[in-house]
Formats: sequence, C-alpha cells, structure tokens
Amino acid sequence: MKKYWAFFRLRFSMGLQYRVAAAAGIVTQFFWGGMNILVYRAFYETDAEAFPMSFQATSTYIWLQQAFLALFAAWMVENEIFENIMNGNVAYEMCRPVSIYNMWFSRSMANRLARALLRCFPVLLFAAFLPAPFGIGKPASMGHLGLFLVAMFLGFGVTVAFFMMIYGLTFFTISPNGLRILISSVVEFLAGAIIPLPFFPDKIRTVLELLPFASMQNVPLRVYSGSMSGEEMIKGILLQAVWLVVLVIIGKVLLAFAEKKIVVQGG
Amino acid sequence: MITMEHVCKSYKVAKRNAGFGEACKALFHREYEEIRALNDVSFTIQDGEMVGYIGPNGAGKSSTIKILSGILTPDSGKCLVDGRVPWKNRIQHVGQIGVVFGQRTQLWWDVPVIDSFELLKDIYSISESTYRTNLDELTGLLNLGELLRTPARQLSLGQRMRCEIAASLLHSPRILFLDEPTIGLDAVSKLAVREFIKKQNEVHGTTVILTTHDMQDIEALTKRIILIGKGQILMDGTLEDIKQGNANIDETIAQLYRTYDI
Repeated sequence: MKKYWAFFRLRFSMGLQYRVAAAAGIVTQFFWGGMNILVYRAFYETDAEAFPMSFQATSTYIWLQQAFLALFAAWMVENEIFENIMNGNVAYEMCRPVSIYNMWFSRSMANRLARALLRCFPVLLFAAFLPAPFGIGKPASMGHLGLFLVAMFLGFGVTVAFFMMIYGLTFFTISPNGLRILISSVVEFLAGAIIPLPFFPDKIRTVLELLPFASMQNVPLRVYSGSMSGEEMIKGILLQAVWLVVLVIIGKVLLAFAEKKIVVQGG
Repeated sequence: MITMEHVCKSYKVAKRNAGFGEACKALFHREYEEIRALNDVSFTIQDGEMVGYIGPNGAGKSSTIKILSGILTPDSGKCLVDGRVPWKNRIQHVGQIGVVFGQRTQLWWDVPVIDSFELLKDIYSISESTYRTNLDELTGLLNLGELLRTPARQLSLGQRMRCEIAASLLHSPRILFLDEPTIGLDAVSKLAVREFIKKQNEVHGTTVILTTHDMQDIEALTKRIILIGKGQILMDGTLEDIKQGNANIDETIAQLYRTYDI
C-alpha cells in the first residue's frame, strides 16, 4: 500500500505545481458555467414546467460540475500513460516490483484530485455568492450532503476505473489517439456532462441510467440538489458501487492480458 | 546465476514496398513477415560475472534483456535468473534486478531527480539506512551533487544518464542489465560511468550484463563476450580469442561481423 501511496504523493505534488494551468482552468470554468446557465435560463423562461429539474437545481448541477470538473472530465486523462505505452517507456514501469494497474490507478487519482483541489474553491465560493436561482443552492438536506460526498467519491472511482480500461486497450492499438478522442466525446455525452441526464427522452434515459457513464458525475451532482432522492438515490449509489467493482475487475484482467502479450515499441 | 536454454521469440512485422499504390493495396491485403528476434538462444552466466553482449543492430540484444528482466514472454525455451522464471512472478523478480535502458528514461520529467529517487525508495521498500548509504555512495561516485535538486527535464543527456544509472542501483540489485548505458555520452561521462560499473562489480559482486555498440566499453569492462547475430548466439568467448595482432577493436569486431555474415 505504501508503494502506491508514494506514487499518489508524487503525482499529487506534481499536479499542484502547474499554477498557471489552474488559473486558466478556473477562468474557463467561470465562463463556461455562466454561459450554460444563461442558455438554460432562456429555455426555462419559455416554459419552466416542461423541464424535469427546477432552474435552481440545474444551476447547482452546473456549478458543482464546473467546480469538480477534474474529477470526472473524460478528456483529463493521464497523457503520460498513453505516451509511455506508445514510446515504449512502459518497459521501465514493468521493471518495478509493483502492480501496473494499482500504480496507474493511484497516479490517475492523484492527478485528478490535485487538479480538482486547485480549482474547486474559487468556483464554489463565487457560485455561492451569486443570487438565487443563478448560484449554487443549498443541499437538499444534511443527509443529501453526506451522500453527495459518498457518491462523488464513487463516481470519481468509476471514472478512473473506466479509463484504466482504455489504457489497457492502448497496448493493442499502437496509437491511442483515435480511441481517446472517440471515447472522450461519447463518455462526456452519455455521462451527462453536456446535458444532464434527466433532460434526455424517457426511453433513452432508462437505458442510459444503467450504463457505467451514468455512475460517474450524474449521481453526485443530482443527489446534492435533491433532484435524485429516496429510492432512486439509493439505487443510483448502489449501482455506482457495482460498476466500480466490475470496471476494476475488467481493467485488471485486460491489463494482465496486455502484459503477457506486450511488445515494447522501439528498440 | 542466469541460464537461458533454447529461447525463441518472434515478432510479426507488417511490410510493404514504397509508394502510394502499395499503400492502397496494403489497406486490403497486408503482408506480415515473421521476424525471428531470438532463435534458439542458450547461455549461462555465473554470479559476479561481467559479460558484454554484442551484435549488430537488430540482432536480438534488447529482446534478450527484455526477456531476462521479465518484460517479454518468449515463445518457447527455458530461462532462470537466480532460480526465478522472470515473466512469471514478474513483481518478485524485478525487485532483485536493476535495469538501465539507455534510450529511455525512468526519471519523472517535471520534478527534481531526488523526488524520483525517493519514489524508488518506497517502491522497492528500501530501508532508510540502506537508502542513505547507497545514495551517498552513488552521489560521490557519479558526481551527482547539485544534479539531484534539478528537474530531470533540465538535465543534459550525460547528466541524466548518470542519474538513471544511480536510480537503477538504489535498491542494491544483485544483477544489473545495462542496455547501451553509454549512448550519447561525452568522454568524461563515459569514463565516469565505466569506472563506476567496474567498481560496482568489484566491490559488491554485482553480475553485470552489458549491451553496447561502443567497443571501448567492452574493452574496458568485460572479459567475456557473447556475440549474437540474426537471433542466434554465434560466439561465446573472451576478447583475447577474437583479437588479431594489433588490429584495433572496432576493426576486429567489424571483421567478426563480416565473417559471420550478419
């Protein structure tokens, strides 16, 4: 365990070192969040009844999403892992007395956490002072707040575990770019990063909610505002836990297979 | 002790002729050629030996090193390193060996070298006192000093290579695989690295297997030479065996390559 903690620490401290990137990210997230909310406002003014979430809940969803973007964003993958596989540096990683899966998992977690930590506070603070219903609302209850944290942790794990599978697949595709671009757009869409899942047509939504993508940001962001509660909430969180376990198992099997079949590229 | 018996490994390589027409044709029908990187390779290396593993480009040197260090799984054959099969129980095996790939880097790019070292300390579960002793010794011998506080990306190739070698020895491995450790180094760094490897072998009895294209490395370091070409062991002997009169070492080796037509 200590070994993986060491990876986590080093990657985390490295992530904290990119201050300009963090500042630029925060500015982007303010604008992106603000624009999103203005667009939704225009829709809600036409007919607020037609929407599955209250405007306040939607604003909250958007601000939380911007604040914790780094935990869930499909495009924030560990590019170094892709590079290592591509240029053959992975040879060194395989010379370490550690499990490759656990090593990369702790690395990805550290990278995302460091980025999220640098970015979340300014966004949360700013959104907290915006007038209702444009800012971030209060949590539906203390219970919801607690479960929001649990669901966020699980969703973060599901996201990392999902991309571990993609790293594993990269061993077989020579270049990771096609896979990465395809997967990140699909994931963003199906996870509710572009439009929250409740806004999808009912039939499609019933299917989407069972997929692992719905277990990423969809659950925590909706639990907070109470847009998801009661039985639906408990089911959602349990499903997150199930997906986390399933994805970790698939990822481990895939990587173990890749290790056996591996051809280190270049020299 | 390291033994390899009848080890074979082949790769599939996609090949086509030059030109646009050929590229289009390859869209539909791809020709693969099987390259036999290792073809029935056998040798034994005793504890504390220093062996030069030489051969022209593409002879199978790196493949051998990768099999010995547990990265590649051979198609057939037996291989034992201190009683362990490298590719089974990879994690257990690699804790006991040190590897330097001259063309790759193991240091973390954006942080000072010492941070990478501290990480290795945790990965290999090196005790604090062993780590201190080894680090002090390596710092002195390889003249690392101020380099340790510099981010790896800002080191020159020679400086970085010295740090890479130190990184591979922090956990006092009993066996050291060096894959072209002096590639791209200036004269001073080269001498320092050679001197260091020699000392490591004399003082700690580390078994060293060295691949290189620099014949001065071989001359300075090893008595025993294994020559590999087209995936087969062609010669296993000493430098004296192949030396003819006063011919210089590069010419001798080139002559050797020509004799074996590799």
